[in-house]
Amino acid sequence: MTDATTPAAATDTPAIEIKDLEFAWPGKPPILDIPALSIARGERVFLRGPSGSGKSTLLGLVGGVLVPQRGAVRLLGTDLATLGPGERDRLRGEQVGFVFQMFNLIPYLGLLENVLLPAQFSPARAARVPGGDLEAEGRRLLTALGLGSPEFLARPVTELSIGQQQRVAAARALFGRPPVLVADEPTSALDHDTREGFLKLLMDECRAQGSTLLFVSHDTSLGPLFDRVLSLAELNRVAAPAAAAA
Amino acid sequence: MKTLSLALRSLANRRTTALLTLCAIAVSVALLLGVQKLRTAARDGFANTVSGVDLIVGARSGQINLLLYSVFRVGDATANVSWDTYQKVARRSDVAWTIPLSLGDSHRGYRVLGTNLDYFRHYRFAGGRELTFEAGKPFADLYDAVLGAEVARALGYKLGDPVVIAHGLGNVSFAQHEDKPFRIVGILARTGTPVDRTVHVSLEAITAIHVDWQSGMRALPGGRVDAEAARAMDLTPDSITAFMVGMQNRVMTFGLQRAVNEYRQEALLAIMPGVALTQLWNLVGIADTALMIVAAFVVLAGLLGMLTAILTSLNERRREMAILRSVGARPRHVFTLLVTEAGLLAVGGVAAGVALCYGLIYAAKPLLERRFGLFLEPGGLTGYDIGLLAAIVAAALVMGALPAWRAYRNTLADGLTPRV
Repeated sequence: MTDATTPAAATDTPAIEIKDLEFAWPGKPPILDIPALSIARGERVFLRGPSGSGKSTLLGLVGGVLVPQRGAVRLLGTDLATLGPGERDRLRGEQVGFVFQMFNLIPYLGLLENVLLPAQFSPARAARVPGGDLEAEGRRLLTALGLGSPEFLARPVTELSIGQQQRVAAARALFGRPPVLVADEPTSALDHDTREGFLKLLMDECRAQGSTLLFVSHDTSLGPLFDRVLSLAELNRVAAPAAAAA
Repeated sequence: MKTLSLALRSLANRRTTALLTLCAIAVSVALLLGVQKLRTAARDGFANTVSGVDLIVGARSGQINLLLYSVFRVGDATANVSWDTYQKVARRSDVAWTIPLSLGDSHRGYRVLGTNLDYFRHYRFAGGRELTFEAGKPFADLYDAVLGAEVARALGYKLGDPVVIAHGLGNVSFAQHEDKPFRIVGILARTGTPVDRTVHVSLEAITAIHVDWQSGMRALPGGRVDAEAARAMDLTPDSITAFMVGMQNRVMTFGLQRAVNEYRQEALLAIMPGVALTQLWNLVGIADTALMIVAAFVVLAGLLGMLTAILTSLNERRREMAILRSVGARPRHVFTLLVTEAGLLAVGGVAAGVALCYGLIYAAKPLLERRFGLFLEPGGLTGYDIGLLAAIVAAALVMGALPAWRAYRNTLADGLTPRV
């Protein structure tokens, strides 16, 4: 499957493409019904949606941990439905970096170890590191996000502030230059000043690496910083959001 | 490797719980291994009590009864063997040697054994080891005594000390042979057998101290014989309690055994010590099997503790599993991670348990030898021990599969965003 999952060769396909997607949690009415969504490579998209609107479900579908009942999700040209669960796991590990709202870090690993974690599960991501020096790349990313000093590196991640933790998470998501970066409310736990700074760093690194950024948030004030702003409520034909979906 | 290091780090992160779990497993493993070592030692000690003796002959009673009083110095003989019969057997051409045994007296709770010098020459224990002297030499004079190692140690006797033998058995006796005191001329090296708890004198000495006794009472002053006068008398005993036989050729053992058992003039019983020992062990061995079963259940309790600890940690670790999934870990990685954690706890617990067990054995060794005559040779781990320990680790892995399976299911259901 390695050939099918190396979309770098076919750069004309969108980074994320959704067609006629329908998803329902077992025993519940459909929560997502999206006729079409396409995000081009290198595009930075802000997806707006209140909590409970199915954002996290959508990200699960894009990440290949969930499978839609109907329709297709293409990640970098590969239809996820054609892959087995293991292959989807590998594709996600290789091509997508994730940042979540909070608790992004493995508490028992160090700063740098958290950043290098994707290399443990995805050789492809380790292979994309320029020069092959994983630690140097990890340090470079942490430095770019303002956490490169030895004083930070020596600290247990649990002693970092939430803003700092989110920056470590961003460094990990960017590690190994994944073509797609998915951020799920990464700034909602941050105060206003930290939020702007974090976002700027994230955007700069995405631009530098040429990564596609799908940024999901309910905070519409951040919208203007992005190339495109989408509203999940407008994409999704399921009118009343089911309260069950977080 | 990555799973192993992750599992190690994760356990280190929960080190209090992990250490407690590990301790529980270690203690249970130490107990199991200790019981196993102890019963091996007990069984070996048992089998080592007597060796190289082909037959033991005594008055007709039971096989185990004869073995108990002649070898273990437990219980009493119901009747004696006459001196003539003993001589008849001893002089047979197929008999290489005999050791006469005359029991019935004691010294401060330790049995006194009347025998002859053949005892020191032919008695064997622990697969053919000879009796050796820690100090002194075999008895030569009529009133010489040779002590077992335990008797000398417990009572603080040295060569040259006087010993007074009490009539009959028991710790406290009011009938003492105080008119004929003995002198200690030899102390045997430790054997780990009942020999250590025996006071040895010559057969003639046993006769001598009883010359003026009748029906368990010393004769009235007029009829008494003093120690020196006794020397002049014929001290050949009328009877002995039992005797051990070594054959010229082992094959002939059965022939003699049958001859003795069918001997018409006297009701006798000849037993093969090996057979009787096995029979006796089958009786005694039930206790140690029970102990082993108890120990196995303690190990099970230790492993259940581990299971509980891992299961309880699962919920707070759902987020951690989701993070691992987001960086490309598959559900089976999560499964392996948790099974590895169980495996590490078990391997660590087993290793600590083995160390604890050996530590305790070395610490308790002197006490066990002194108090119970139990020689605990820790030795290495036997194949059986290793099998036992491997079974514990295997059981831990099987049990670890339960939380691992739960985590696996959680991981599939949670995807990247667990509902915690």
